[in-house]
Amino acid sequence: MSRTLFVDPQRCIGCRACEQACSECPGHGGVSMIHLDYLARAASVQTAPTVCMHCADPACARVCPADAIEVDDDGVVLSAAPERCIGCGSCALACPFGVPKLDAARALMTKCDLCRDRTAVGRAPMCATVCPSGALFYGTPEEAEDGRRARPLARFRFGAETVATRNALMVPAAVDTVAVRHGVEAPRSRAERQLAECLW
Amino acid sequence: MATLPCPPGALVDAYGPHPSREPPGGFAARGAADRRVQSHCCFCGQQCGMTLVVKDERVVGVEPWEEFPFNRGKLCPKGVKRYLQSNHPDRLLRPLLRTRRGFAPIPWDEALDRTAERFRRLQARHGPDAVAVLSGASLTNERAYLVGKLARVALGTRHVDYNGRLCMVAAGAANLKAFGIDRAANPWADLVATDLIFVLGANVSECSPITTDYIWRARDRGARLVVVDPRLTPIARTADLYLPVRPGRDVALLNAILHTVVRLGGVDQDFVARHTTGFEAVRAAIAGYAPEAVERLVGIPARRIVEAAELWTAAPRTMLLHARGIEHHTKGVDNVLACINLVLATGKIGKPGCGYATITGQGNGQGGREHGQRCNQLPGARDVENPVHRAEVAAAWGIPEAALPRKGYTAPQIVEAAHRGEIRGLLALCFNPVVSLPDARFTREALERLDWFVAIDFFLSETARHADLVLPGALHEEDDGTVTTVEGRVVRVRQAVAPPGEARRDWEIVCALAERLGHGPRFAFRTPREIFDELRAVSRGGTADYAGITYERIERSMGVFWPCPTEDHPGTPRLFEGGRFHHPDGRARFHAVAYRPPAEDVDAEYPIILTTGRVVSQFLSGTQTRRIGPLLDQYPAPRVEMHPALAARLGVADGETVRVVSRRGALTLAAQVVATIRPDTVFIPYHWPDGQSANRLTIRAYDPVAGIPELKVCAVRIERIAP
Repeated sequence: MSRTLFVDPQRCIGCRACEQACSECPGHGGVSMIHLDYLARAASVQTAPTVCMHCADPACARVCPADAIEVDDDGVVLSAAPERCIGCGSCALACPFGVPKLDAARALMTKCDLCRDRTAVGRAPMCATVCPSGALFYGTPEEAEDGRRARPLARFRFGAETVATRNALMVPAAVDTVAVRHGVEAPRSRAERQLAECLW
Repeated sequence: MATLPCPPGALVDAYGPHPSREPPGGFAARGAADRRVQSHCCFCGQQCGMTLVVKDERVVGVEPWEEFPFNRGKLCPKGVKRYLQSNHPDRLLRPLLRTRRGFAPIPWDEALDRTAERFRRLQARHGPDAVAVLSGASLTNERAYLVGKLARVALGTRHVDYNGRLCMVAAGAANLKAFGIDRAANPWADLVATDLIFVLGANVSECSPITTDYIWRARDRGARLVVVDPRLTPIARTADLYLPVRPGRDVALLNAILHTVVRLGGVDQDFVARHTTGFEAVRAAIAGYAPEAVERLVGIPARRIVEAAELWTAAPRTMLLHARGIEHHTKGVDNVLACINLVLATGKIGKPGCGYATITGQGNGQGGREHGQRCNQLPGARDVENPVHRAEVAAAWGIPEAALPRKGYTAPQIVEAAHRGEIRGLLALCFNPVVSLPDARFTREALERLDWFVAIDFFLSETARHADLVLPGALHEEDDGTVTTVEGRVVRVRQAVAPPGEARRDWEIVCALAERLGHGPRFAFRTPREIFDELRAVSRGGTADYAGITYERIERSMGVFWPCPTEDHPGTPRLFEGGRFHHPDGRARFHAVAYRPPAEDVDAEYPIILTTGRVVSQFLSGTQTRRIGPLLDQYPAPRVEMHPALAARLGVADGETVRVVSRRGALTLAAQVVATIRPDTVFIPYHWPDGQSANRLTIRAYDPVAGIPELKVCAVRIERIAP
């Protein structure tokens, strides 16, 4: 398979270099197309970047009433074409990953296009280039898996629907689908348990 | 003389900090670059390579420099946005003289004449040491060298010191004692080749983010990770073993680990016998530190301490890293020595994938401490009190040895001497002690008592606000030079643009001042390269020997590791190979250290430990990063981090505004209730001034050897604000 983006939240340190670098793009200067969140800051410093996964059959494009969202020959789902987009926000509602954002002032949806200007000339997207921890990695699945304590996974289950994606999530265990559920408390990491047993 | 010339609000209106958010004209106007300049980050000691984008003679952006081997294009958010300090509305463009209503521009000649004349008058009346120089470790090697020479030769004062006093000095003093040299023992490539990474008091992911990548690459190969920190930092979250030490108890913990290693038979008897001295005293000193005996003190169950010792003993190759977390203490030197004892006792140093390093904090944290802007040191990391070293440097500078001032005060001692009226004049650059020194109120009082205070700065820092005269200096991207990275690698900082307005490069200001002080011929430099060539010559034969390093060699090989005594010497990425240390007998020294409590421990009145530190989006006193909007957005204002168990006891909710009170002062700020910190400890980042300054609370207590302040432990209480 060709190169794509691998997201390894285990390594994420929450520094936001990805967001800051993404926001430097002249096409959407000052606005990042990648988003970083604390999962539950009260309990943990775990953070995770959310970036367009570039679905094989993208819900955003399917629901778009103006046919504004194209998929290119490499399977990259593009930002809405400004001349077609009507700013209805259907794509933002439909995306299971919560990726497309509506720029209300411009009535235009914008999202990650995997840095087409960079990837077209063989370079990694900006977020994966700067990421200081390797939580974002651009390469082949074999390169992503090489040595890491995680393997790439590109199938997600949201309720009854299974979504296959171009980009992959690095997951620690041997599973073939990630079931995305709401309101599930994450198990504590070993270090978090070790903090809980400190003497004070 | 320097209470503020006008209300602080008026100074902020005029000089900031104002947040800058976009390149000149906005992102759309940036267009194609006129040129790209490969340089390094202006912030921390990792000194990541990066490409500065220049358009219309202004730095308008940053691009990754993927060929530079240390960071391979990787950057943290500060590096990505550092260009926003350029073209900044707060930039100082002309010399400013304080008036009754604020600051007023004056011509350079008048500013320099006045500076020299007032310093000389003070020295004539009160003696040469009545004038002091405070400098910083973000300066290039060239500038740092020149500042030391200005102080000792042109001003003739013994009081010159730098803000590395808040940074590297505990590690430096301990390294010098143990190894006879003060530099990371291993290049960072050795991190990737190790079996165990042991991190103490280093919030790697926020303060040296690029190191995270090295740690993960090691873990991909199967290396284990142990982290010692009172806060569960991002790098600690996934550790194999996390030891949440109670702040200020590191010696007890480290002695207990070594105690267990000895019991497990982990001592490398052969290495200890052949390459070290003093182990028997250490063995005796740690006898009372069984894990069970100290677990209550250090706040960690004994079995976890044993586990750390087992991991250390089992790993063929280890890399021990520490930073300010164990160094900002009244026993900072002891803490570092206790780490080194563990490394030496097990012979785990001087080999590929096996060794030890302190993580330098400041941009030139390494080089800035080697070339003579420290109160106890001359260029080449020579000792200012060593007669041979003095003679070498005096000869190189063409002055009699007797004319070379002796050891002076540390930076905090300079502030204290100003407070008591002994020091009357001050030249400060690259240092914002009002924000970074403990007990901020005291620092302000000291500056207000000075008769003549001149600051060189590119922005009006909170310290420069108190100056009688401010000389506009240059940013990192406006000057050429070299810096020495965390690895001991000397790299090239390249000038991308000229300083704006009438701002001048710092070394030009120093040379102009030296001329007016009657020492022009000794400061007749026309380029940074000429300064570097003199630095090389003066460092020859010193511990930090740069004699063989040239600008051309650095360009060719993307940096050269010192010591590098000759131009055909390859440089020295790894120290201590074959167990050869830098003491005259070639042996490393053990130092027995015993636990001492912090200068101010908790009690009934102040029952909570306060520890301070950094966040990833800000750098040190924030003079630059508080002017960069996207970085401020990441973490806009300091909060006090506390554990839910403590919050429940205090009745404090997440986000609630509380008062944190110490014996020095009080601070009102929002609580952040998180289960990622020890319940007996609270944390506040220190990057902010005035009413947001964590250093209003911290204590003026110093390590007796290194003079580093105890910024990591003091006692506070927390009060709810009555509704």
